[in-house]
Amino acid sequence: MMFLIGDEIPSPAAAQTRSTVASADAEPAPPALPLTHAGALPRALLSATPELMSVALLITAFTVAATTLPMFLDARYLLDRSTVYMEVGIMALAMTFVIAAGHIDLSCAAILALTGALTMKLHATLGLPMLPLLLLAPLIGGALGAVNGVVVARLGIPSLVVTLATMAGYRGLAQALIGDHSLPVPAAYAGFDDVLLAGTALPMPVVLFVALAIVLALVLHKTLFGAYVLALGTNGEAARYAGIPVGRTAAGVFILSGLAAGIGAMMMCSRFAFARWDHAMGLELDVITAVVLGGASIFGGRATIIGTVVALLLIGVVQSAMGLANVDGEYQATANGALLIFAVIASNLAARLQGRQTR
Amino acid sequence: MESTVVSQPPMLPAAMRRVIAARELPILIVLVLIVAFTAVTEPRFLSTDSTRSILVSIALLVVLAMGETLVLLTRGVDVSIGSMTGLAGMTIGILFRDQYVENVYLGTLLGILLGAALGAVNGLLVTLCRVPPIIATLGTMGVYRGLTFVVSAGRQVDEYQLPPGLAGWSVRGPFGQGVVPWVVVAALGVAGMTAVLLRFTRIGRRVYAVGGNPEAARLRGIAVGRVTFGVYVFSGATAGLAGMLYASRLGAINPEAIGSGMELMAIAACVVGGVSIFGGSGTVLGVLLGCLLLGTIETALAVLGVADAWQKVAYGGAILLAVVADGIAARRWGGSSSA
Repeated sequence: MMFLIGDEIPSPAAAQTRSTVASADAEPAPPALPLTHAGALPRALLSATPELMSVALLITAFTVAATTLPMFLDARYLLDRSTVYMEVGIMALAMTFVIAAGHIDLSCAAILALTGALTMKLHATLGLPMLPLLLLAPLIGGALGAVNGVVVARLGIPSLVVTLATMAGYRGLAQALIGDHSLPVPAAYAGFDDVLLAGTALPMPVVLFVALAIVLALVLHKTLFGAYVLALGTNGEAARYAGIPVGRTAAGVFILSGLAAGIGAMMMCSRFAFARWDHAMGLELDVITAVVLGGASIFGGRATIIGTVVALLLIGVVQSAMGLANVDGEYQATANGALLIFAVIASNLAARLQGRQTR
Repeated sequence: MESTVVSQPPMLPAAMRRVIAARELPILIVLVLIVAFTAVTEPRFLSTDSTRSILVSIALLVVLAMGETLVLLTRGVDVSIGSMTGLAGMTIGILFRDQYVENVYLGTLLGILLGAALGAVNGLLVTLCRVPPIIATLGTMGVYRGLTFVVSAGRQVDEYQLPPGLAGWSVRGPFGQGVVPWVVVAALGVAGMTAVLLRFTRIGRRVYAVGGNPEAARLRGIAVGRVTFGVYVFSGATAGLAGMLYASRLGAINPEAIGSGMELMAIAACVVGGVSIFGGSGTVLGVLLGCLLLGTIETALAVLGVADAWQKVAYGGAILLAVVADGIAARRWGGSSSA
């Protein structure tokens, strides 16, 4: 199942070289074979270059923060602060699929805002109980994502343009729905981020994020759908000829992104204790930054969930450290942007060095 | 003689197909309908003041969209233009405030140069460092916006701190206090320059060639890297000019507000105007109409008393409608609007 798109597929050319090697093997020992074996481990390490780059940056950032800011090593502070990033985190997990498929979803933050607004409006005007609404929210998000997916998949319009349009549209609908004021969440459902997992110091948003990260890592790396997504991102045309349901796969990643935004909506509404049309404004850029910083190729075909998780940790560490050091929130955009560019250049350089070595 | 007779019959459907598939005509029709409807419902829509304010806000968009057009034509994208507008506008605003610069024209020139320098950074990242355009400009978008806060210390530059001539650009024009202030003239100048550049110069041909097929362009001996670098510099320069126009229009320069979100408006205007996001296809006239359409929709809805929220919805709807129509046209007639 998994080798559908894996590099293990024996291409005719590879088979041919293998057979020539085998025939040459009969007489003198070929010098090529032992060499490739010796290079296997470093090569495996180097092929994970973008992720390693993020890990290196994370260790550096953590060390610098831990040594210069005495408050930083307080685990409770870090966990408490981490709840602020969990909406971005969950959307980034789904965005990893979108980017792996060679697409982009600029509308995820707007979906979050609209889902939150719609859910709370349903509760406020129709008096629907909260519990079913909590379960309904991801479905609403998924449906909004499906609109993106269908337009992208059926009409072949670039996702950048489609989601640019729905980003404005969804945001506007959210504002039209609840206006400029905030819609309160019932007290019993507010403060999800203050709830700890029984017997631990782990806030629930973090638990939810970790659980979703594990599930989505399995989906991306161990299921047929994940293989389809990566195949679509590697070469859409080839994927179509290989019999992969290209349209359904593309639609699927946008639905997943909407679903995650729906979950994020409930988390954010609960954290703020109200829904607003301008919730998560501009957060789509943070989400995309996290995914790319995590080593995903913006052209698709290459992405890992662990990379995204490491990148989120990195962003979290940098921003927490900047917060402790009393750096204004506005400057954090600079840090994020610089981090992103630096990580991509660094992994480009590493890839070029790698190319030189293998040549 | 005979050959012209023979070649004429197949020419006619081709020409008709061009008219139908051309992006300009439907936009023009929609534009006229919107203006007519709004003017009938709310006659003050066509008053001098209202028209002028629409044109001034569109002028800003046109300038930015011209830079974005060139970048999109080369298969790139520049999402940092809003932040470049902010950083260039804010920096020059501070030079004015602290009276390092008093001449408005000198300030504008500096703004354009600063914008070009910021664009050059994007260009280097894309060409030399081989960072994908969306990543490079997403990064600088954050960096430049943050730097805008750094240079301004988070404070806004107020109207009285700017040279008095600047605000006049949005009010007075070559025909006095009419509907065509200098800001609009400048935007038309930039658009005209871009049109000439794309249509009649070698550089323009190269921009289309690089976007149409970078590999083929390289094999034909076009310095793809240099062309790519150039379009980002141009995009930065237009953003620098837009920063000054923004300061002229609003009077004050706020570090958070200046230029923010403009990148998406500019990209939307380009896309509605028929520029292909895959590069190599699009015209200045189309983009101009795209800007006019989006700007008019915004103002018309406001004049009609439609809430801000629904304006956003209409905005998104217009973009979606344009691209969906394009997609269907491309399927039916094979190939979208021509270059």
